Amino acid sequence: MAGETTTEELGPVTTLATPIRLDFEFTPGIALSGFLRGLEQGKFIGQRCPKCGKVYVPSRGSCPTDGVPTTEEVELGNAGTVTTYCVVNVPFAGQSIEIPYICAQVLLDKANISFMGLIQEIPTDEIRMGMRVEAVWVDPSELTPTLASVKYFRPNGEPDADYDTYKEYL
Amino acid sequence: MSAAANADRSVRRPVSIASFAQSDNVRRENERNEVEMLQPVVAEVFANIGIDKDDIHFICSGSTDYLIGGPFSFVTALDAVGVWPPRAESHVEMDGAWALYEAWVLLQEGEIDTALVYSFGRSSPGNLQEILALQLDPYYLAPLWPDPVSLAALQARALLDAGKATEEDFAAIASRSRKDALGNPKAQVSNDISTEALMKDDYVVSPLRRHALPPITDGAAAIVLAAGDKAREWSDNPVWITGFDHRIETHSLGARDLTSSPSTAKAGEVAGVADGAVDVAELHAPYAHQEIILKEALGLGDGVRINPSGGALAANPMMSAGLIRIGEAAARIAAGEAGRAVAHATSGPCLQQNLVCVLEGGE
Repeated sequence: MAGETTTEELGPVTTLATPIRLDFEFTPGIALSGFLRGLEQGKFIGQRCPKCGKVYVPSRGSCPTDGVPTTEEVELGNAGTVTTYCVVNVPFAGQSIEIPYICAQVLLDKANISFMGLIQEIPTDEIRMGMRVEAVWVDPSELTPTLASVKYFRPNGEPDADYDTYKEYL
Repeated sequence: MSAAANADRSVRRPVSIASFAQSDNVRRENERNEVEMLQPVVAEVFANIGIDKDDIHFICSGSTDYLIGGPFSFVTALDAVGVWPPRAESHVEMDGAWALYEAWVLLQEGEIDTALVYSFGRSSPGNLQEILALQLDPYYLAPLWPDPVSLAALQARALLDAGKATEEDFAAIASRSRKDALGNPKAQVSNDISTEALMKDDYVVSPLRRHALPPITDGAAAIVLAAGDKAREWSDNPVWITGFDHRIETHSLGARDLTSSPSTAKAGEVAGVADGAVDVAELHAPYAHQEIILKEALGLGDGVRINPSGGALAANPMMSAGLIRIGEAAARIAAGEAGRAVAHATSGPCLQQNLVCVLEGGE
């Protein structure tokens, strides 16, 4: 039957599926391995730049400002400051957290770079810049060398940080 | 090409290869990430001439995120340089030789005097044969997943059938390259094995035996370019770029004569390869037979020393192997072993894109 139909009658092809899949082995590198091993032990490990003294967490092994190796490891505490935040109200595929929830940039104490964290144990309308928070870790038996080891951050009850202490990290 | 069009591409402003550095070339860099691999190379290329990042007016890099499956790895790689205060920067999804071309064009305009060019690539995290298939035409060719070795073998077969080479020629090129690589501390494959012994290798994809294939390599490289007073300030005997061009051929392999390389010939013509004697040529021929095609396209006679570094058969870091050819050719001139050299870089299947750079020492 198909042989009796001309290609013209069949019309233009509008879709062509060519599945592509590539697999990779991830190499975190020396500096990031230090950070990930720290997470496995329930602590944040950063690295300090020998030139400008800034502490990066996580570090990729080179100071993005000075371009020199960051070799000195620095263990940071659990506490930090919310520098900025947003409240997520939009559902999307693969979402694992109930909306609305708070996504924030957290500047750990003694660190010079903030990173993204989930804020829980607080009504979404009470989140604010400068709020002092602490990391809540998973049960020690569930610690892995991934960010999944940090369940979320929550308010630690300290007074809000002064704006001047985090204004450079917005 | 008309003379006028050639003139448009002529060198308006001399630019020198002021410094060159490369990492060790290894089969698998599984400890350091891209930034950690690149940072010492950038530090070395600066230290060679006693400068730092603040002496650099423009940065251009060559890399591809497909190699490690990491989006924007070319942006994070800038951590290896340090980009504060903010820098003028650009990137090409090609071998660093093309990044060097972009920087050279900018230097031609005369507004800046210095540039850092670098490239990096780790082939080991993924399956290089599959990754390279994805650079092909996405509708008719890539879905067939033709691997680069098979495509190179089609070209080698065409070369044999045209009577332009023998399988012994391939082995002789590999034997010479590996032997030369003994003098290159950065080489990945180096040994002293005769052509006859190499002919006993098994075929990987007929007619290509193991020795005719490039090694899979992780590595990085960097070059500093300088123009005007900076070139003389940073070197007593600058190595100058006196001709530079690159050309591309159709993506359709079936439309090409795979036994020749018109794009290399045209680039060589515009770059002025034939305008003087060539002492040394560093040719980016990942597969042994491609050296024969390139030599013919560039009109290089038997007196020209080909790939004293060992070439891509000794180390073929993706995205850097072309840039390294320019660095190695310049190093031969700087060492006084050559007065005039040709460097070539390629990209794509079967020598699809080709770049030719002519280098000279002296005033």
